Amino acid sequence: MTRQIRITDAIALLGLSLLALASAAADAPGTIDVATSTIVATFKQEGVPVEAAFTRFTGHIVYDAKNVAAASASADIVTGSLDLGDEAYNAEVRKKGWFASATYPKATFRTTSIEGVNAVRFTATGPLTIKGRALVMTVPVTVSTTPAGTAFDGVFTVSRRAFGIGDAMWDDVIEDKVEVRFHLVDSAK
Amino acid sequence: MQTTVQRPRKRGNSHYTRTAVALHWTIGGLIVCAFGMGWVMTELAVSPLRLRMYNWHKWLGISILALVIVRCVWRITHPAPPLLPMPRWQALSARGLHVVLYLLMLGIPGAGWAYSNAAGFPIVYLGLWRLPDIVSRNKLLAAELLELHKVLGWLLLAAVFAHVLAALKHHFVDRDATLARMMQWRAR
Repeated sequence: MTRQIRITDAIALLGLSLLALASAAADAPGTIDVATSTIVATFKQEGVPVEAAFTRFTGHIVYDAKNVAAASASADIVTGSLDLGDEAYNAEVRKKGWFASATYPKATFRTTSIEGVNAVRFTATGPLTIKGRALVMTVPVTVSTTPAGTAFDGVFTVSRRAFGIGDAMWDDVIEDKVEVRFHLVDSAK
Repeated sequence: MQTTVQRPRKRGNSHYTRTAVALHWTIGGLIVCAFGMGWVMTELAVSPLRLRMYNWHKWLGISILALVIVRCVWRITHPAPPLLPMPRWQALSARGLHVVLYLLMLGIPGAGWAYSNAAGFPIVYLGLWRLPDIVSRNKLLAAELLELHKVLGWLLLAAVFAHVLAALKHHFVDRDATLARMMQWRAR
């Protein structure tokens, strides 16, 4: 009887500690809150700007203007979560010719260096990896305080073709340049 | 028993302006194209052609909307000739059908435009001029607007069918100038 209770207690304790660990990780400063953050790609289709959001991603940003050396940023984006507003198109962009989401489920960005511009601006440099191809990007970021937490905002442009997103047959209808706009919120601060 | 004698066509003492005639046939032709394209494009698998056809369909729709507005203004400032003598029920149906046609010609492109916006696609006319969004992005609303656009489209098909049948009936059965006067290209 006592033995049984002990085992259940141990399991409960283990569960509790795991839960605590998980919530600690989620609340750790620098962790991006997906619910209030957005990553939106805008591409042009015969002149029509089409906005599509990545609905699943994780990210981490640590930036203190007084200690730029310790700054870092990373993001892992689920390529299959791109929402173009229509399931037929969502399924299309997961295919081999586009993101090849089955083979490359994630696009990643890791900073190798961060340069502080001022208290609210910095530039993040590092490889952006999509479909297994890594290209070094330099992204200007603006920091602001919002009711939801500290927000990191920025826009950068990527070349679809440089990453092999979309077969050549699409080139006449969809422009190469894709604008990526992010609004990442760290709710812990 | 009397045999039917070929009567000469009754000429309308008034006629449509050249502008009205040109607008009538241009709009009619564009509607046929837009309808056919709408039918075909929705059956296509995702492809560059499908995206193109959607754009062309939207450009056609916007062109029709603009021309129908011009047609309405023209009709108000240059009234259509009075209907040729016909039974009262026919005159009333003709008037009613024309009102329905005008409402559908304005409503269908309007619903299409709103659907496109609600689905997240602004309309860029001919790929050059971005038109204002008339509704904001909203998936649920988009589904309803698409349904409305389709239902009104089928209604227009029925209305056009009735319109054409009536015109042919006036031409071949009544042998009056109803159809002929919409084909006359007289100087005015």
